[in-house]
Amino acid sequence: MTTATQRSGGIEVESLVREFKNGPRAVDGIDLEVAQGEIYGFLGPNGAGKSTTVLMLTTLLPPTAGTARVGGFDVVEQGPQVRASIGAALQEAALDPLLTGREHMRLQTALHGLGKSERESRGNELLERVGLAHAAERKVGEYSGGMKRRLDLALALAHRPRILFLDEPTTGLDIQSRTALWEEVSRLAAEDAVTVFLTTQYLEEADALANRVGIIDHGHIVAEGSPAELKAEIGRPTVEAMPRNEADRERMTAVLGRFGEGAGSSPRGVAVRLDGGESQLAEVVRALDSEGIAIEHLQLHAPSLDDVFLAKTGRSLEGAEEGEPVEAADAAVAPA
Amino acid sequence: MSAGLGSQVGQLARRSTLRTLRQPAQIVPALVFPLFLLAVNTGGLKDATSLPGFPTDSYLTFVLAVPFIQGALFSVMNSGTDLARDIETGFLNRLALTPLRGAALLSGLLAGAFILGVVQAVVYLSVGLIAGAELAAGPAGALVLVLLSVSITVAFGTIGLFAALRFGSGEAVQGLFPVFFVFLFLSAMTLPLELLTTDWFHAIASVNPVTYLLEAIRSLLIEGWNLGDLALGFGIALAIGVLGMAAASSALKTRLVRT
Repeated sequence: MTTATQRSGGIEVESLVREFKNGPRAVDGIDLEVAQGEIYGFLGPNGAGKSTTVLMLTTLLPPTAGTARVGGFDVVEQGPQVRASIGAALQEAALDPLLTGREHMRLQTALHGLGKSERESRGNELLERVGLAHAAERKVGEYSGGMKRRLDLALALAHRPRILFLDEPTTGLDIQSRTALWEEVSRLAAEDAVTVFLTTQYLEEADALANRVGIIDHGHIVAEGSPAELKAEIGRPTVEAMPRNEADRERMTAVLGRFGEGAGSSPRGVAVRLDGGESQLAEVVRALDSEGIAIEHLQLHAPSLDDVFLAKTGRSLEGAEEGEPVEAADAAVAPA
Repeated sequence: MSAGLGSQVGQLARRSTLRTLRQPAQIVPALVFPLFLLAVNTGGLKDATSLPGFPTDSYLTFVLAVPFIQGALFSVMNSGTDLARDIETGFLNRLALTPLRGAALLSGLLAGAFILGVVQAVVYLSVGLIAGAELAAGPAGALVLVLLSVSITVAFGTIGLFAALRFGSGEAVQGLFPVFFVFLFLSAMTLPLELLTTDWFHAIASVNPVTYLLEAIRSLLIEGWNLGDLALGFGIALAIGVLGMAAASSALKTRLVRT
């Protein structure tokens, strides 16, 4: 099932488990496969096991059980080879506030063994690419959150990795910075065939960026597929209507009830999931019209990844946060 | 593709040096506080020179050894808190994802302690000499004094690295500072060992390695060239450094659980 190409630049995970002392199984037997050049979105609430998975795949945390191969190398047996193949921007851009952007690039390229002349040119190229050339001589302590994230990405790319791990790369960023980062990540996958494993708790991020999405909850992958496939799987759109006269609301509820089960709506509106899909919309309008109910507002909502999460876990992604196991948050700094 | 050990040490030493130089809050207290205590001790205990058997008639010369040890104690805090911050911010993880060797990380981090040690030694000695202290070993003795001071500073720095790797927090490292000061106070800090007449104090001071570090420095200031004292001082600094480095290496293996 796995091609040689996938193995060389992809990720294969089988029954991966991470159990912490006196804690829950942060990751509980997950299987996944990411092909070379693919952007894989790992979606889930805080504490679901996303970061723990990334730490294991980047060799910073040994798995309790299971196997994982990254870039064709086993994460337990071939740690140095895995690290040479990957770049990673982990949660919270880990930068030194006292060093400049250029000094960070010099350190990173040198530690990865690039020659002196290549260090300078690679550093300049990456700083230019992430739009930080103008700020290269400024100390990172003076950077904004977006600038730090962009530098973090540039550092992760210093040694031209084939696989890139991004752990919640846009958390806390404004829309502009987020969009700029998305564009760069898309470009890396499309033009440089870099495999991207991206964790996020933002639905729109997974939707916009990922070729495929894995939804993780309580350490289990509860759904996997392209965003379109996942939405189609639970696939009923919601229609929400608001009567012009408040007095018609009850009758409107009865009419819409013929087309599907109720869904959450605004206080004055009525919403149902359409059993027959969006083609029923015209029928809904005709039915309301024939009952003499004047419509103030009518809207069709396509299914979202939140609907998928809701369908798979019984909870909405927003507000589904749990406490992250202490050791997981502590990453490689946790004593074994 | 991987950088050699020397190159890795060089890169991290450069970073450590830049960090030290860009943090006046690390350098200034390490210079000012010991000099302040030097002034207090010299003013308050100058009559001690009249005690029979006191090795010099200049208390300033005698007590000038103390700032070198106090300064070295600051290196415990500085090197330790720097590394603890790297752990807390995740910078250590960034380094762990490169082909960096553990030995390079620890050696590179001590470069900041080395630079601070040189600056401290030069400043303490210069201020002491300007204030009227003697240097019996002459100009060559000044070089050896700086070398000894830097050795002690780097050796103490390894204890800071161990504490940071063991506890993982800057607060824990800073909590060691008072403990180390107790070692200083329970040594022949203000009087020569043979003049400490209280039995328990003499017993503790005579097994406290800080006493012999002080005596090595004093030998250059007061006597000239006492090779026995110097060898003991350098030997103790080396032993602390080796033990500290071994403990830090072991703690690093636990801390850095990369496969």
